[in-house]
Amino acid sequence: MGYPYQPHHRETTVLSQYFGVAEARTLDGWKKRGGYQALEKALGMAPADIVNVVKESGLRGRGGAGFPTGMKWSFMKQGDGKPHYLCCNADESEPGTFKDRELMRWTPHALVEGCAIAAYAIGAETAYVYIRGEFTEPLHWMNEAIKEAYAAGLIGKNAMGTGKRIDVHVHKGAGAYICGEETALMESLEGRRGNPRIKPPFPAVSGVFGMPTTINNVETLIAAIPILMNGADWYKKMSLSNPKSTGTKLYSVCGNIARPGTYEVVMGFPFRDFLYDVCGGPLPSKKFKAVIPGGVSVPIQSMEEADATLMDYEGFVAQGSMLGSGGVIVIDNAQSMVAVIARIARFFAHESCAQCTQCREGTAWTTKIMERIRDGHGTTEDLDTLLDIAEQMTGKTICVLSDSCATPVVSGIKKFRSEFEELIQGRRFHPVVSAVA
Amino acid sequence: MPPAEAKMITLTIEGRQVTVAEGTTILEAAKQVGVLIPHYCYHPGLPVAGVCRMCLVDVEKAPKLAPSCATTVAEGQVVHVHNEKSLEARKGVLEMLLINHPLDCPICDQSGECELQDYTFQEGREDSRYREPKRFNPAEDFGGDVVYVPNRCILCTRCVRFMDDLAHDPALNVSERGDRALIGKFEGHDLTHPWAANVVDLCPVGALLSKDFLNKARAWELDRTASICPNCTQGCNVTMETRENQVVRMRPRPNEFVNSFFMCDWGRLNYRWMNEKSRVEVPMVRQGTVLAETSWERAIAAAAATLKGKNVFVAASPMLSNESLFLLTQLMQTGAFRVAEGDEAPLPGIEDLALRRERAANVHGAEALGFTRTSDLLGGLKQGDVLLIAGEDMEEVDATVMARASAVVVISSVLPATATNAAVVLPIANFAEEEGTVTNLRGRVQRFTQARQAPGETRPSWLVLGDLLGAMGKQSSFFLPSDVFAQLAASNGAFAGLNYDTIGFKGLPLATAKATGPKAPLAMGAA
Amino acid sequence: MTPPPEILGGLESPEYASHDRAAHAPYAPVFVAGSAARRELDELMPRYPHKMATLLPALWILQRERGWVSEEGMAEVAALLDLTPAYVKGVVTFYTMYHQHPVGKYFVQVCTTSPCAISGAEEVAKAFLRHTKAGELGVTSADGRFTVIEVECLGACGFATPVMINEEFIESVTPEKVPQLLSRLA
Repeated sequence: MGYPYQPHHRETTVLSQYFGVAEARTLDGWKKRGGYQALEKALGMAPADIVNVVKESGLRGRGGAGFPTGMKWSFMKQGDGKPHYLCCNADESEPGTFKDRELMRWTPHALVEGCAIAAYAIGAETAYVYIRGEFTEPLHWMNEAIKEAYAAGLIGKNAMGTGKRIDVHVHKGAGAYICGEETALMESLEGRRGNPRIKPPFPAVSGVFGMPTTINNVETLIAAIPILMNGADWYKKMSLSNPKSTGTKLYSVCGNIARPGTYEVVMGFPFRDFLYDVCGGPLPSKKFKAVIPGGVSVPIQSMEEADATLMDYEGFVAQGSMLGSGGVIVIDNAQSMVAVIARIARFFAHESCAQCTQCREGTAWTTKIMERIRDGHGTTEDLDTLLDIAEQMTGKTICVLSDSCATPVVSGIKKFRSEFEELIQGRRFHPVVSAVA
Repeated sequence: MPPAEAKMITLTIEGRQVTVAEGTTILEAAKQVGVLIPHYCYHPGLPVAGVCRMCLVDVEKAPKLAPSCATTVAEGQVVHVHNEKSLEARKGVLEMLLINHPLDCPICDQSGECELQDYTFQEGREDSRYREPKRFNPAEDFGGDVVYVPNRCILCTRCVRFMDDLAHDPALNVSERGDRALIGKFEGHDLTHPWAANVVDLCPVGALLSKDFLNKARAWELDRTASICPNCTQGCNVTMETRENQVVRMRPRPNEFVNSFFMCDWGRLNYRWMNEKSRVEVPMVRQGTVLAETSWERAIAAAAATLKGKNVFVAASPMLSNESLFLLTQLMQTGAFRVAEGDEAPLPGIEDLALRRERAANVHGAEALGFTRTSDLLGGLKQGDVLLIAGEDMEEVDATVMARASAVVVISSVLPATATNAAVVLPIANFAEEEGTVTNLRGRVQRFTQARQAPGETRPSWLVLGDLLGAMGKQSSFFLPSDVFAQLAASNGAFAGLNYDTIGFKGLPLATAKATGPKAPLAMGAA
Repeated sequence: MTPPPEILGGLESPEYASHDRAAHAPYAPVFVAGSAARRELDELMPRYPHKMATLLPALWILQRERGWVSEEGMAEVAALLDLTPAYVKGVVTFYTMYHQHPVGKYFVQVCTTSPCAISGAEEVAKAFLRHTKAGELGVTSADGRFTVIEVECLGACGFATPVMINEEFIESVTPEKVPQLLSRLA
C-alpha cells in the first residue's frame, strides 16, 4: 500500500491493506477485519481440498524461486506416520527486500493464521517461524500475536475447538543471510551452522529434524488466507499478463527513488508505470540509471529493460532479470555502478557460509578485484578475470549464493562496461550532481 | 559388497560401461572402471559433505555439472569426467584453492603426497590470476600429535567429520564464515582422542601434520611396505614407511574387515622399538663364563644339542608370527606366553574397531597354536627343563625361577638381561624385519612383510627355527615363510585351506573363526 | 509532492539490553538450576524434538545476561545441551549477532549494504563514530558506552539508513539526526 506513504490508486492492496493500522496487530483488531475466518474454514475442509484450492489459484512462492505453492504442499506424503513440519521463512535478508518485515509488524496475526492453515494442509502439528535476529520489531509483534492466539484457543493442542493440534513457534535467527536458503534455515533451526544441504533429499522427504517439511515465505503463507476466503478464481483473475503468474505481489522499493516503501500490485503491472508513477519517479534533478528488481541476487536491468518489463515471474525474465524476492533497488545517475556492484560483492563475501570452494574463495576474490577497480587500480585483464571467476561461481555450488554474487558482476559488466573501463583508464567516476529529469 | 537383492544399474563413464548396485555414487562407480574422479572432501570412510566441488562431472542431459560424490547412478547415464566442461570446472576449483594458499611446497611436510599438488600438476592452471593480498593465519598446535597450518587448509572438513561421526568427539569445528573460515578447536580441549591422529592422514593437503613425523622425511624418500600394526590384537593393516632403513612412520592401510581406513594413535606412534640399536646381531654360544660370538652353523648345532631329547619349555613372545610359533610347537613340550595390557580405546563410529587391551599382534595365533596364556610366565617350568626364550624380553621374571631350568636357549632380537646365563643365543629379526602372518582377535590371519633390513647376521625367526628343527632331525629346512605356513595349514585344522596367495593383503579368517560366520565388512561411512 | 512520511511504527523497546553489565566480571554461570534463565530455556525445550535446537535461543539468553558470549559461556551452554564447546564455538562464530568480545553499553549497528550505501549510509556511520567518540568501527569508546559497527543488510532498505541501537530499531537515520538520537541515551 505504498507504506509508509498513502496507498497509490493503481495499487491492489490485499495483503498490505492494514499496513500502518496499529489496531490490526491485535487479535481483536484482526478479527474485526475478518481474521481467523479462513482458518476456521480451512479446519472444516479436508487438507487435500485446501491444497487443491491453492494449486488452482496459481499462487507461487513469494520468497524468490516462484515454485507453485499448492504443488509444494502436495509433496507432503499424508499418513506416513512421521511428524511433519512447516517452516515459515521469515529470515528476510535479501538486500532490497523488506516486505515480510512490514507483513509481520503490521499483520502478525495474518502470519499466525497462514501458518496454521498451511500446517493443517500439509499434516503438520508444528510450525516454526524463523525470523532474522535483527527484526526486533517483527519478533515482538509475532510473539505477541502467537501469545494471543494461544490464549484464545485459535492454535495449540485443540485449535479452534477442532481437536487438531497446531503449534506455532517463533525461532530467532542470529545474523546470517544464508539462513534464508531453505535447507540452511533448517540446519540453523536444528542448532547448527547455517550450511545449505545437498539436495536431494528434498525437504518434503527429509527436512528439519530429518522429517518431511514444507518451507514457505511469509508472503506466500499470508496469501493463502484471501485465496481460501475468496476462492481460486478470484485470485487467478488478478493478472494483467499471463496465467502462470497470478495474484498480487508485494514489492519493496528502495534506493534512489522518490517514494521508497512497500507496494502491492497485481501480476503483470507495467514496471515503467510502477517506477515513475506509483513510486514517484527519480529524486529531484536525477535520472534512473539501473534497477535491480528482485533483491541483489538478480541481474541488474538497464532502464531500457526495466521500461519494457511486465511485473511477473516471466516478465522480469524476458527483460534480462528475475522477479526474485520483489526487492526493487533503484540506482540513479549519481551512483557509480562499479561501487554499487563492489558493495554487493562484499555483502556476499561476508555472508558465504564457507562450504563450497568457488563461493568461499570466489566471493572474496571478486570483492577484492571490484574494490580495486572502484579505487582506480583496475586493469583491463581484471574484467576478463571477473567474468571467468563468475563463470566458475555459477551453477557449481550447493546453493545459489555464489551464483548470486556472480550475477550482478556479469550483468554489470555486460550492461555498464563503459563505467568499468573509465575507472580502469584513469578517468575517475564523477557523479552527476545535476541533470534534467 | 552390495546385498544380493540390490537392483543393478548400468551406466557409461568416460566411454566405459559399468554396472553397479543402485545407490552407488558416480564417483565410486567410476573407480570400478579405473576412472579416478579428482576429489578432496569425499572420503569413503566419512559421511558425504559435497563441499569441495572438485568432483563435478558432466552428466549428459543434466542442466548442471553434478558432484559425483553425492550423485547416485541412474540407468543409462552418460558421464564425462575429462571433457572440457568438467576440466574447466576443476581448473577453477584448483585456482580458487590456491589463491590464499602460501605455495610453500618446498617446506611443507605434505609435499610429494599432497592431493592439491598432484591435481594442480595434473590439470591445474600454469599460473594464477590472483593479484591481491593473501589471507594469513598462524599455525596452531591442536594437541595430541596434530599441528594445524590454516593457510594450507582447503576446508574440506574431513577432519571435522572424522571427529564428529567416527570419534564421536566433536573437538574440531569450522569457525567463522566466508574466506575467513578455518578449522577451529576450543581452548583447553585438545585432540587427545586416542584415534585423533587419523585426521592427519585424512587431510588431503599439508594443513594437518603429525608432530611426530614433522620434518623427518620427504614423501619421495620413503619406502612403503604393507604390514600389520603389531601393537595390539586388532591387527590394523598398515603401511610401514622407512627412510634409510629406519621406520619413520606407520599409517593405516584400508581394510574394510579390520580397521576401515584408520588406526589408533598409540599403535601409530609405537614404532621406535623397531629401530632399536641395542640388538644381538651375531649368534653366540657359552664358553665358560662368557657368551662368545660364533657362526650360525655352530650356534644352531649347539642349540640343537642343548634341546634334543630334553623336556623343552618355551617362553614365547605373542609378537612372533604364526609361522615361528608353529615351528616352536614342533620342538617343545610346553609353551607359554604373557601379554602386556592397557585400556581398551574404541573408535566408536566403526563397529568392532578398538585399540585392544592386549598389546601384542599374535595373542590369538599363539593360543590357536597351543601356547598357554599366563601372567606367571615360568609357572609351568619344571625342574630340569630346557628353557627356550623366544622373543620374550623376560623383564620382571624372577631369576631364581629361571634357575629351575637345566639350560637356557635364547632366540631373540634383544638379549634379555636375566638371560645372561644362556647356553646359546640365536639373533632374530624383529617384526619389521621379516615376513609372516599374525592372527587377530577375531581369528583373521593377516600377512605382514619385511619393511627394513635386519642388522648384522640376524636371521628371520622362521628360518632360524626351521634350521634348528632340521639340526634336531625333526624337520627339513624351509626356504620361504610361505613353506612354513603351508605346513602349518596342513597340520593344524584351524589354518586348513589357507595359503599366502588366498590370504593376500586383506587377510582371511581361521576355519574356526569362520564357523561363527564370516565377519561382514565394516559399515563404511555409516555414522 | 508527497507529504513527508508519517512514521507509523517503530518499536520503543522497554529497556535497553545492558551490554556492559557483567561483561568483564569473572564468569558466573547463567543457567544455574532455579534461575530465570534456566526456566526460560527449559520452557523452550518442548518446542523441539531435539535439545540441540535450543542452542541459538540459549546463546541469545546468555548474551542478554552477560552482554556477550564468552568461551566460558559457550562451555556452559555446551554442557547443558550435551554438545562440545568446540561445536558451540563453531556455531557462535557463524552468526554475526553473537558478540565474541565485550561491547559498549550501546551497540550501534549501521546498515551499509548496497541500497543503504547508495542512500548515504556511510555518512551515517561516520556521524555515529564522530558523535560517540568511538572513532573506529568495532572499537568501544573510551567511556565504554558505545561500540559502532557497520552491518550487512538490516532489512529495512526503504527506510535508509536503518540503525539498531541494542534492541531498538531506528528507521530513516540521517547524519543530522545522530546527535539527537544519542542524546536520548543515558
